[in-house]
Amino acid sequence: MPLDYYLNIAASGLLNGLVYGLAALGLSVIFGVVRVVNFAHGEMMVAGMYGAVLLAGFIGLDPILSAPIIALVLFAFGWGLQRGLVNRFVERPEHMQFILLLGIATIILNAMLMLFGPDSRNVQVPYGFDTVEVGPLLLDAVRLRAGAAAIVVAAALFAFFRFSRPGKAIRACADNPLGARVVGLNIDGLYAMTFGIGSAVVGIAGALMTLLVDARPQLAPEYTLLSFIIVIVGGLGSLPGALLGGVLIGMSEALAGFLLTPSLKSLFSYAVLIVVLLLRPQGLLGRRS
Amino acid sequence: MTRRGIVLLALLGLLLLVAPLVADRYVVSVLTTVLWFAYVGQAWNVMMGFSGLLSLGHALYVGLGAYASAALFVHFGIGPWLGLWVAMLVAMAAGCFIGFLGFRFGVRGVHFALLTIAFAEVARIGFDHMQWLGGSGGFFIPVAGDVGNDLLNLRGSPTLFYYVILALVLGALALSRVLLHSRLGYQWLAIREEPEAAEAVGVDLFRARIAAVAVSSALTALGGVFQAFYFNNLFPEQVFSMGRSIEIILPAIVGGIGTLIGPILGAFILTPLGEGLTFLIEVSGFDLPGLKQLFYGVALVVIVVFRPEGVWPWLARKLRLVRAPGESA
Amino acid sequence: MTALLHVEKLSKRFRGLKAVSDVSFSVPQGSIVALIGPNGAGKTTTFNLIAGVFPPNEGTVHLAGKPITGLKPNRVCAAGIGRTFQIVKPFGQLSVEENVIVGALARERSVAAAREHARAVLDRLGLADQAARPARSLTLPDRKRLEVARALATRPTLLLLDEVLAGLRPTEVDRMVEVLRDLNRREGLTILMIEHVMRAVMALSDRVVVLDHGEKIAEGTPSEVVADPRVVESYLGSEDI
Repeated sequence: MPLDYYLNIAASGLLNGLVYGLAALGLSVIFGVVRVVNFAHGEMMVAGMYGAVLLAGFIGLDPILSAPIIALVLFAFGWGLQRGLVNRFVERPEHMQFILLLGIATIILNAMLMLFGPDSRNVQVPYGFDTVEVGPLLLDAVRLRAGAAAIVVAAALFAFFRFSRPGKAIRACADNPLGARVVGLNIDGLYAMTFGIGSAVVGIAGALMTLLVDARPQLAPEYTLLSFIIVIVGGLGSLPGALLGGVLIGMSEALAGFLLTPSLKSLFSYAVLIVVLLLRPQGLLGRRS
Repeated sequence: MTRRGIVLLALLGLLLLVAPLVADRYVVSVLTTVLWFAYVGQAWNVMMGFSGLLSLGHALYVGLGAYASAALFVHFGIGPWLGLWVAMLVAMAAGCFIGFLGFRFGVRGVHFALLTIAFAEVARIGFDHMQWLGGSGGFFIPVAGDVGNDLLNLRGSPTLFYYVILALVLGALALSRVLLHSRLGYQWLAIREEPEAAEAVGVDLFRARIAAVAVSSALTALGGVFQAFYFNNLFPEQVFSMGRSIEIILPAIVGGIGTLIGPILGAFILTPLGEGLTFLIEVSGFDLPGLKQLFYGVALVVIVVFRPEGVWPWLARKLRLVRAPGESA
Repeated sequence: MTALLHVEKLSKRFRGLKAVSDVSFSVPQGSIVALIGPNGAGKTTTFNLIAGVFPPNEGTVHLAGKPITGLKPNRVCAAGIGRTFQIVKPFGQLSVEENVIVGALARERSVAAAREHARAVLDRLGLADQAARPARSLTLPDRKRLEVARALATRPTLLLLDEVLAGLRPTEVDRMVEVLRDLNRREGLTILMIEHVMRAVMALSDRVVVLDHGEKIAEGTPSEVVADPRVVESYLGSEDI
């Protein structure tokens, strides 16, 4: 049945898209609060992938279980990066921020290339070839688990910003940094925490990604751009927008990959990006800097 | 510039002029790479340094220039000196198109930078699938046997290429200087500093910005023509890559964005260090792909953190190569 | 006197909020007109409408009888209006002279001619000794003067001055007032100024237009306006004049 075929493709695209969306959430969180565009985002994500590959290789840990460990490591990295370097660029011209983070991206990317080499590394899981039947759909178990985990993490993140004290403080800080400083919030600390959270989230997305694709350093710039595309489509700084954008891009990629040559699928994403940049850049921004 | 600065620059120029006579092949090839980056750095500088437009997709113009001239040569037997005009036109058309879209639709800041990346990526994927130009398998310019130096078809020894790229660097330097001291140049600087104020004193932002993109993309395309005929092979994966775009912006950032000498100085600092590093690693028997790029990344971070205005302004002050502002002429 | 600038029923809304509503006034050729009013009265918005920063929702602007409504700022400049910004916008990394050269290039094709003109303007405003300094290193009073110099270099027939006296010390105010009066008297330059320094408004202006909540509430000679009870109530209040 051709319809079933399309539904299957759309469903697996949706599950992929949830992981993309989670990765983009990390970018969006950092931009929404610190107003810094993290050009090293994809590099952090691939670092998360290698974390999962290593943990699976050495102690046989499932990527979903290694995600919390990776999150901790990347939180520390992001926190330190913000504290040590990015913070002094918050007030500088934005092209300086971009260049700083491009430099950091280049360092991470090539460090990974030197450590792990250019070849693909994958993670073996016992359910690697299982499929699950859901109504007319036949879904890969790995995809289902990765998508479900992405939803759980995204929900936790929303809850954190909605209900927890530091989450609320971060939101206040994003809305009005000056006001937040006036009422005694530690802006630098909150910025560092936000950068840490954003990095942790993208690290988790990387870990989950190993269930779907093999880790290669060269994926990093692609993922940086993919996350940019998603947050711009969904609205830079908007958290639900990032998730929605991820799902949209994931599904359109899957369908484009099926209907066209697979290697052309990212062309489709770039076309979407260009159209959105031109037609609704400020509308989707959420807030213009 | 002070007399000291002019004398020093003239000496360096002279040194570059006689370099192939005294240096060995390896040094000449490294110098050629240095000059190539100095050249494209200058071309990029017209956009970012002069007019404040951050392009992170300049590999697009290199690639378009390279493919256009190579295609004309391979498929139609049209030599590079004719082909370069087509190459410049093609790149300029692409630049003006992106600029037109970006400026008309008010795409600013990070969004403009992303727009430039997006178009470079589209080109990369597109050329990957263009079988007429070799696709992802690469496009090759046949290497003629030993025909001596054929300047007309840009075939010949490394020394020939060295002098061609040296001429390009000097030409770009002269052109940049002329532009910067022209009416358009003043308007560019004004836009870079305060677009709103520039518009209030009569500057047509759209036209001036388009002019910057046109000049920059056309100049960059020449770098692509050179690359095509120097290396004789083109792979979309390399030519249009984001990594290449970053390599293009490095010299100007390290040397000094918006300065005339900065991109050249930056290339002379970065490339030899990067090449030297690779050489040392190779000699010591290790195989570490990515070390050079890692070094470039560190250089980028160190420069923006400690010397955000670049090395040249600082060096020029230290060595008294330029007059301090306020010092009488 | 004929009107150099004529503003007719100008209105501007921002997201439904009326910033300027139905404002009409004229600036006669060769005069100095002051636009006053409390903060948020719509003065700068009116300036921006005249200067082309954004188009009005309704109404027209005419300069010397020609419509300039909704033209882009660079076209408005070409038509003959020079302006300053309330929050000064120098080209920070350029020298003072280069800042003014950019202004002069609005009328000059050649940089050499523009430089010559720029030097004359700098002399006029007493900035000649600062010419080579980067603009970002200037003190606030000098930045304000640079703002005027750059606008003046475009050879305007009408100069829009947005609070060029605010933040200056009394002696500096007097100096600037002297310069402006001189430009007006000797060169016949027409000036429309937003100003809070009432001493200068009284000393300089031929006519005063008062805005409040986006509407014109009074217009007349300076002495008429300060005697107007509505003006006193809404704006002047207890302020010393």
